Amino acid sequence: MFLTNYIKDIARATKSLLKGMKLTGYYFTHPKEIVTEQYPEYKAKLSDRFRGEVVMLHTDTNEHRCTGCTACELACPNGTIKIVTKFDVQPDGKKKKALDTFVYHLELCTMCNLCIEACPTDAIKMAQNFEHSVFDRSQLTKILNKQGSRLMEGVE
Amino acid sequence: MFSLESITNAVQLWLNASFSPVTALLIQCLIVGILAISLFAVLGLALVYMERKVAAVMQIRLGPNRVGPKGIFQTTADTLKLVMKEGLTPDGADKFLFNLAPFVVMIAAMLILAPIAFAKGFQMWDINIGVLYVSAVSSISVIGILMAGWASNNKYSLLGAMRSGAQIVSYELSVGLSVISIVVLAGSLQMSDIIASQQDGWWLFKGHAPAIIAFIIFIIASTAETNRAPFDLAEAESELTAGFHTEYSGMKFALFFLAEYINIFIVCAIGATLFLGGWMPFHIGNLEAFNHIMDFIPSSLWFMGKTFFLIFVIMWFRWTFPRLRVDQLLSLEWKYLLPVSLFNLLLTTLIAIMGWHF
Repeated sequence: MFLTNYIKDIARATKSLLKGMKLTGYYFTHPKEIVTEQYPEYKAKLSDRFRGEVVMLHTDTNEHRCTGCTACELACPNGTIKIVTKFDVQPDGKKKKALDTFVYHLELCTMCNLCIEACPTDAIKMAQNFEHSVFDRSQLTKILNKQGSRLMEGVE
Repeated sequence: MFSLESITNAVQLWLNASFSPVTALLIQCLIVGILAISLFAVLGLALVYMERKVAAVMQIRLGPNRVGPKGIFQTTADTLKLVMKEGLTPDGADKFLFNLAPFVVMIAAMLILAPIAFAKGFQMWDINIGVLYVSAVSSISVIGILMAGWASNNKYSLLGAMRSGAQIVSYELSVGLSVISIVVLAGSLQMSDIIASQQDGWWLFKGHAPAIIAFIIFIIASTAETNRAPFDLAEAESELTAGFHTEYSGMKFALFFLAEYINIFIVCAIGATLFLGGWMPFHIGNLEAFNHIMDFIPSSLWFMGKTFFLIFVIMWFRWTFPRLRVDQLLSLEWKYLLPVSLFNLLLTTLIAIMGWHF
């Protein structure tokens, strides 16, 4: 009885070890199973909802949709966004609040998406770019509205 | 046909003709020393690269592929890094033993190289007790490991060293018994005699089932003796950081690392010599034509091919099996391998006495 159990033990162990070796042996002889994606040459397709950084959308005529309402600045949990406003003088002589600079601190951003949800005019969105490394931290502070851009007609 | 024997003979003749016998002997020793050290360096680089590639493909990865074509200079770059690193010695360490230990391990690995026949007539020292010498010297390395663990003044190092001691001392028995079964069949302890006895077929095939069982036990036990996974309890990076060489850095660490790979090579070379005929080409009984075709492949290639095949098998083990617990490790040896190999030795002796082998 003892001896049969002993031999059965050895047989079972051998079988399970060979099973494992069969799998690794299969992978070794089939290099096409390799799943590695080589990063700089081959960039993986990111999900549509991947959040890399906040960008402001501009049209071809250098117009954006940001009214400078600071809803995103208030929504941001850790002070990533700082909006500076100015007063435009309109043709009829009235003064109107408008966006001067949209300062975005990428180094503070947690990509939580709250600013995009807060924006009433869909002026900003999340971009897919994730290669943010720089040699100096000051380069991570970005101004999102382009030079000389202005508010799109009809956006209030 | 290419043969290393003719080169060594020519060198010997030229040295004896040009110098006095003593000088010729000294020059020969120097040449052998240089060859052994360069073999170590090349083996270290090649085996580490091979291991990383084999591991990568078995884990469905690519492995090193950036430094040089297919990453072949990766290990050279790693070695350069290690050479340039500072060799730290901890404050509480026993300085003398701490610095001595890597050399003890390395020298033990170097000594076993002596009786190995790399090709026909290409052997450093063909002593009549070659196999006994190998099994005697291979146990010196455990002293180096214990030294390293004790001198490091570190709990994990000491634990790793004690585990290694228990492991090597117990698995040596199985290695010894499976080696003895081939010695029984061949009737000699001398390496060249054992190889010559495999003229008409390797012992793995000639010795029936007992030889195959002995071969399997030899492979398992020698994997344990070289402290490799699944028996790498001495290092056990998830439990003991790096075991006995936790405190080592720079070139002293590199020596331990190199010694591990040299030991794998040596163990596989001995396995190839005893069970697969060393440099002896693949011969089948008296099929003269077939044997003659096999003789056209140089003996050094046969030896290296067999050795690297066994190294590959040991790497295969490492990247397939999980690590054993200490009690599992010891019960595998004392409850399974040792009784089976004792019984197996009895069977082998019966076969040898009755002359049932081919």
